[in-house]
Amino acid sequence: MKLTVEGLNSHYGPAHILFDIGFEVGEGEVVALLGRNGAGKSTTFRSIVGLVAQRSGRIMFEGKDVSARPTHGIVRDGLGYVPEERRIFTDLTVEENLEVGRQPKRPNAPHWTRDKLFSLFPNLGEMKNRPGGRMSGGEQQMLTIARTLMGNPSLVLLDEPSEGLSPKIVEQMVDAILTMKKEGVSIVVSEQNLHFARLISDRAYIIERGRICFGGTMAELDARPDIRDAHLSL
Amino acid sequence: MQHQPGPPMAFYVVQFLTGLASAASLFLVASGLSIIFGVTRIVNFAHGAFYMIGAYIAFTLTERLSGTFGFWGGIVIAALAVAVIGVIVEMVLLRRIYHAPELFQLLATFGLTLMVEDLVVLIWGPDDLVGRRAPGFKGAIDFFGQNIPSYDLFLIVLSPVVLGILWLLFQRTRWGVLVRAATQDRDMVAALGVNQKWLFTSVFAVGVFLAALGGALQIPRDAVHHAMDLRIIVEVFVVVVIGGLGSIIGAFVAAVLVSELNAFGILIFPKISIILVFLVMAAVLIVRPWGLFGRPEAPARKTPGLTVNPWRPLTSNERLAALATLVIAATLPLFAGNYALTVGSEIAISVIFAVSLHFLMSVGGLASFGHAAYFGLGAYGVAFLAKMAGLPMIVCLLLGPLLGCMGAAVFGFFAVQLSGVYFAMLTLAFAQIVWSIAFQWVSVTGGDNGILGVWPASWAASPSHFYWLSLGIAALVTIALRAMVFSPFGYALRATRDSVLRSEAVGINAKRIQWTAFVIAGTTAGIGGALFAYLKGSVFPDNLGISLSVDALVMVLLGGVETVSGAVIGAIVYKALNIWLVSQTDLSKLVLGGFIVLIVVVFPKGIVGMLEMLAQRRRKASPPGSPLLAKPIESAE
Repeated sequence: MKLTVEGLNSHYGPAHILFDIGFEVGEGEVVALLGRNGAGKSTTFRSIVGLVAQRSGRIMFEGKDVSARPTHGIVRDGLGYVPEERRIFTDLTVEENLEVGRQPKRPNAPHWTRDKLFSLFPNLGEMKNRPGGRMSGGEQQMLTIARTLMGNPSLVLLDEPSEGLSPKIVEQMVDAILTMKKEGVSIVVSEQNLHFARLISDRAYIIERGRICFGGTMAELDARPDIRDAHLSL
Repeated sequence: MQHQPGPPMAFYVVQFLTGLASAASLFLVASGLSIIFGVTRIVNFAHGAFYMIGAYIAFTLTERLSGTFGFWGGIVIAALAVAVIGVIVEMVLLRRIYHAPELFQLLATFGLTLMVEDLVVLIWGPDDLVGRRAPGFKGAIDFFGQNIPSYDLFLIVLSPVVLGILWLLFQRTRWGVLVRAATQDRDMVAALGVNQKWLFTSVFAVGVFLAALGGALQIPRDAVHHAMDLRIIVEVFVVVVIGGLGSIIGAFVAAVLVSELNAFGILIFPKISIILVFLVMAAVLIVRPWGLFGRPEAPARKTPGLTVNPWRPLTSNERLAALATLVIAATLPLFAGNYALTVGSEIAISVIFAVSLHFLMSVGGLASFGHAAYFGLGAYGVAFLAKMAGLPMIVCLLLGPLLGCMGAAVFGFFAVQLSGVYFAMLTLAFAQIVWSIAFQWVSVTGGDNGILGVWPASWAASPSHFYWLSLGIAALVTIALRAMVFSPFGYALRATRDSVLRSEAVGINAKRIQWTAFVIAGTTAGIGGALFAYLKGSVFPDNLGISLSVDALVMVLLGGVETVSGAVIGAIVYKALNIWLVSQTDLSKLVLGGFIVLIVVVFPKGIVGMLEMLAQRRRKASPPGSPLLAKPIESAE
């Protein structure tokens, strides 16, 4: 398994947010984490990369327990994270944003260069020197993914990549994610949009109020309209 | 009347160039402070101390190493050595307090400054040290009959060169890109695989290097002495408030501006040259509170007050206990000698002072680093009334604090436009301005000689009577401020402390409430100062100096910031310890500084807070099933 999460519990102050979250991602797989707003998708991702201080449980990445490692260590091990809020460095240009994400080559992961990323996201190549703050939402979303890929991750946590984007940009996003998959990057993508998830994912988990309540292939999910209707807003 | 010929035009040009040369060190130190703040969000009060150590080490090295290389090599090695000291400080101390409230970070670095002040005297002695002239820049250049030291010209060229190098460093290197990214979003930088710890350490090293270089480059111009840290840090605070904290260009422009204002201020107001700088700073704050090149900050993050348990008035039993304590304190004259009574009066005055700052800090969430200004103004108010107007003591005691009130009204108006570290820096700068006026305006304040012979009237002259008077006023002040905490005004003030935005949203005029609190605290401190003038029989500029402001902060911190009246206990313990310490050792600043650092790192909740925590733990540990003991609301007292 590429990534195994077992018994993950997280708290924000006195509030218990995640309850015994567990899921697996295979080598080269794209797995969707589906759920409504506030179900705990982002907290799950933030907990995996160590951005939530109060958490317990086991996080196995490439066979090693990384739950005690600091955030930058986990990321350097090859586990990339693309936050939901994008968090572009607005004062920095596109190229400088990419530079922040740059990490050395990794033997077991595809190697991304600036040029390769500019061909994956052609819009970015046309605005290399534009400050991040003066880009559209869609362009920022592409930049945040490209920035994480500069770290040559073998697995990427993608938090709601389609949120707030126009249909045309969503299409480009689907293409980009499929290219990443083809290159051999494993992906966990959190989504509210089942249609989008179906276009890219091999398997899906559903999270509701901080608990995993379904796990299976997309076909298995389609066979259970009751689950789908109960936990996802379509 | 015959028109007197003014100085020649060349004189003004030379004055301008002198200002530019002075700007060099100021810019180096201010840019270092700005860079460090940008990434770590710590305002490093110890920056002046690093500047001073840089000067001292450079002095020693340039004395030992001969020749041109010896001199310039010594300057650079000194700056590098101090940068190494900075790295050690960052790793040992600052890493522990990056997530602490701002107040604690400010105090910890201030503690460091105090320690350094004693250490340099211990190592280099108390005398001024005059350094070597810079080889190659020993002479002066004649400019239409006016002399310009060639070293000044070197400094004038140096500033833009350093600015250019910093620009390249931040724009053209990976390190610079990472630093700029971290300035905006530290967590995201970590989430991209960058080790923040080393980034912070390296940033701190660069900032300290710049400060130390600034100090080292001063030695051919100025004597090296052990008070240069405070002088520069206050000017640097003024520079970053004007230029905008976090902006290097801002630091450059403001350093030039402040230096020129100083250079020409001396010509316009020879006695109170600092006034000009103050006026410009005030104007900038009104138009752009975040500085010329700064950016508006998002509403301040968590203040210390946010973690408090709900406060409640004393129960009737607790009131009786407090009253009993007061009665016991009042019996002191029955068995104690005159010295003990004088110490007792001084402690009672400290209680007034500490309680007034505590009101501003804990209830209002506004940590003033210049509270002594209002204490001292109260003292000077009394001295003016008693010595110049010859008014009786009771009238002086009533009217004297009004000077503190007026000072607080003027400075408070500007200070509450800002919050957090900006507020702290500004209050410190204001206090230093008041100090400078008291120090420079000899014809009115007596300058360093102070105003002597402010003696109490005969009814209060005996130590026991004065002790009762002080104790009584301290008790009244404490009760009044406590009552205010639980009045509608207190609720509104606490609301602005916990969230300015939310309190505004329910119709509270936050700035006005905070201003009022500032004036109340300043007036109360003035009452303390008024008594203090009579206790000592004299008033000196030190009565509004920085070290007194820090004393007050430590008293509040020691008592516990998050308590309603912890400052009373903090003041008693601290003042007693302080009086004892000063009688025991010459290195009181070293001990006090170490003590401050220790409290911040080990006991951040103060004495009262710690007792409270222990009590809570005991309550939790006690077996369940005694519902009578379980209070519905935990309280901090």
